[in-house]
Amino acid sequence: MSIARKSIGLTIFSVCLAGSWCAAQTDDAKPRPAASTLASPKGERQSVDARGFIHRWLVLEPVPVPPRLTEVAVQEALQLAALPNVVGAHPADGAVVTVNATEYRWHALETSNYNLNLYHFAWALSKPTSNVLFWVETAVDSPREMQNVRLAIGSNAASRWWLNGEPVIALNDDRQSVIDDGVSRRLTLRKGRNVIRAAIVNGGGATDFCARFLDAMDWPIQGLIVILEPPPDPRE
Amino acid sequence: MKNLLLFLVVTFVFPAHALDGEILIHDPSTIVQHAGRYFTYGTGNGLPILISDDGWTWKRAGSLMSATPAGKAGPEVLARGGNNTWAPDVIHIGDKYFVYYSAPATQPRSAIGLLVGRTLDPQSPEYKWEDAGPVVWSDGIEDSNAIDPGVLLGPDGRLWLTYGSYFGYIRLVELDPKSGQRRYPKQAPLNVAINSEASIPIYHDGWYYLLVTHGSCCQGANSTYNIRMGRSRRVTGPYLDNMGVDMIEGGGKLFAASRGRHVGPGHFGLLDLGQGVQKFSLHYEADLDRGGVSVLDIRPLLWRDGWPVAGDNLLAGTYSIESARTGTVLELAVQGFPVGGFRPRRPPGTGGPPPEPQAGPPVADQDAAQVAGNWPATSDVRLAPAILQAQQRWVIAPVANAGGYPGAPFFRITIAGTERSLTATVHGELTATPFAGKDEQLWRIDQLTDGTYRIGPKSASAFADALALSAVGSSMPTLSKFDPASDRQRWLLGTP
Repeated sequence: MSIARKSIGLTIFSVCLAGSWCAAQTDDAKPRPAASTLASPKGERQSVDARGFIHRWLVLEPVPVPPRLTEVAVQEALQLAALPNVVGAHPADGAVVTVNATEYRWHALETSNYNLNLYHFAWALSKPTSNVLFWVETAVDSPREMQNVRLAIGSNAASRWWLNGEPVIALNDDRQSVIDDGVSRRLTLRKGRNVIRAAIVNGGGATDFCARFLDAMDWPIQGLIVILEPPPDPRE
Repeated sequence: MKNLLLFLVVTFVFPAHALDGEILIHDPSTIVQHAGRYFTYGTGNGLPILISDDGWTWKRAGSLMSATPAGKAGPEVLARGGNNTWAPDVIHIGDKYFVYYSAPATQPRSAIGLLVGRTLDPQSPEYKWEDAGPVVWSDGIEDSNAIDPGVLLGPDGRLWLTYGSYFGYIRLVELDPKSGQRRYPKQAPLNVAINSEASIPIYHDGWYYLLVTHGSCCQGANSTYNIRMGRSRRVTGPYLDNMGVDMIEGGGKLFAASRGRHVGPGHFGLLDLGQGVQKFSLHYEADLDRGGVSVLDIRPLLWRDGWPVAGDNLLAGTYSIESARTGTVLELAVQGFPVGGFRPRRPPGTGGPPPEPQAGPPVADQDAAQVAGNWPATSDVRLAPAILQAQQRWVIAPVANAGGYPGAPFFRITIAGTERSLTATVHGELTATPFAGKDEQLWRIDQLTDGTYRIGPKSASAFADALALSAVGSSMPTLSKFDPASDRQRWLLGTP
């Protein structure tokens, strides 16, 4: 990102914090067309593709955050945009959460590309695309326990990733979404459901991400099933 | 400050040593591996033996002839040549080792004798060398001086011997891989080169290469020895150099010449370690760091445009470590700071367009002392675009008395100006910890035949396979089994 881009982002964020100008800038009266690469998932389950990429995600509408992408800034953004701390809670399509006294809606999405274009997602909803944090989540069903696997992601821009609640990848700074940019250390995929959650922080311009698992030889893992439906709540 | 100064001294006092230990030798044979150890033999009384457990530290271990029935060259060899024992070469075929050695009388009368054994280990109960007589000879009149044997087992299983030294021709004969003797003893040897000695053929990717040594030997630092070569599609030649000049008319593309503190390289020997790592052995007529004596060395062998290239062992220095796969460089996972500080596009508080850029004084390199105040003592290691910051500047320095591998000692890899050293974890990942000389902080750095480097820890205990530094992602380094077909584990070492 250029310095100019960051400067513009800073100005917009300051205005957003000061009042409702931000919403006025992004809420067009006329509905925008849906992103051509994004659709509502059909059916409950979908395999990862031949290159291992996960196509189905639950994406929360963007939460405004300060326009910086350093290690410290991303940590601050995560605190500012923290999701309600409800043990065992998982998002569902259409569910609404409150962050900083503002309500945001989860959207179940299926991308036709290897990556999911968050800019198109937010733009189509007339939501801000710069200086925002996107929460995304999905779950993969593994037919067996798999050791020495890695989560491999690309993100524009900074991002944090968790697998089954454990932090596994942290990328800072402005960056493009490159396949297998951030790669976790060796992990174990449980047999059954494994939850991936991420926060993607964008400064300005395009924003997207992609994710897959690599095996012990660093080859993409196929045969994983993506399931967006949350598991039964054990409290019920 | 005292510790910092000590660190700098430790880092930069190491010269570019040619191996370690007892490495005085002249005319070394091809280095061969046997039972996990390395062996070479040289000119001298009874053909002296050098043995190494790791390829870096060598020990003198007696002589070959002491394990022969008569303790000297066989009678037929002595009859064709003389009582000297020079410049052997050795090859392993099946369950036998063949040692070819020079037995000159008054040159150019000489013979090349053959010793046959089944083990190289002097401690083995089976250790002995049988005299198998002379293989080729020169009568003192013909245009040949039958010394300096060099052998090649070709890709087709045929065994070849070249020999000769200045007087007349470098000659080629075919050998019987079962007996080691000439396959067609009644055929006249084939002349393939002149004006040289210490010849040896090698094969690579459809070409036969004839490596020879030009110049004068045996004059210490005044020796003009240099290694030259030609190539041919057929083992029988003609061997042409890079300008198309036949080696039988004096041609020869330069392979290695005197450089630095090492004068007079000669007696090439191929050491193929597999998995894309090739090295070559040689001797220098004079190692100026060891009083100007003749010593053994092992250096990387590279290939470029169809020709072998003499690589250099890595020197201590400050490097960037760049992934050949991703183009990103190894760094500490800490928040960076721009070299020269932040440079706003316009003075703070001013509006309007930024001013025209103005050149300023040179910006100094970033020193860790300027920016490392908030770095943790132990941190992760990652890959990032090169921006010359302190967390990307690695000092690579040999570690004394820690052993090594063929041609080089183990290295430490430490962020310049700090003790934060690249460390392998028991899980096969990477971190940076204060240097304590542990095996997981010692690194083997082999230059591959394409000029890139393979970097692996001396120890990563949880893994059976040898591990190498791997760019598993653009931002993520790890350790994994080396795959010579992949760029993941190929690294470029350059000036940061």
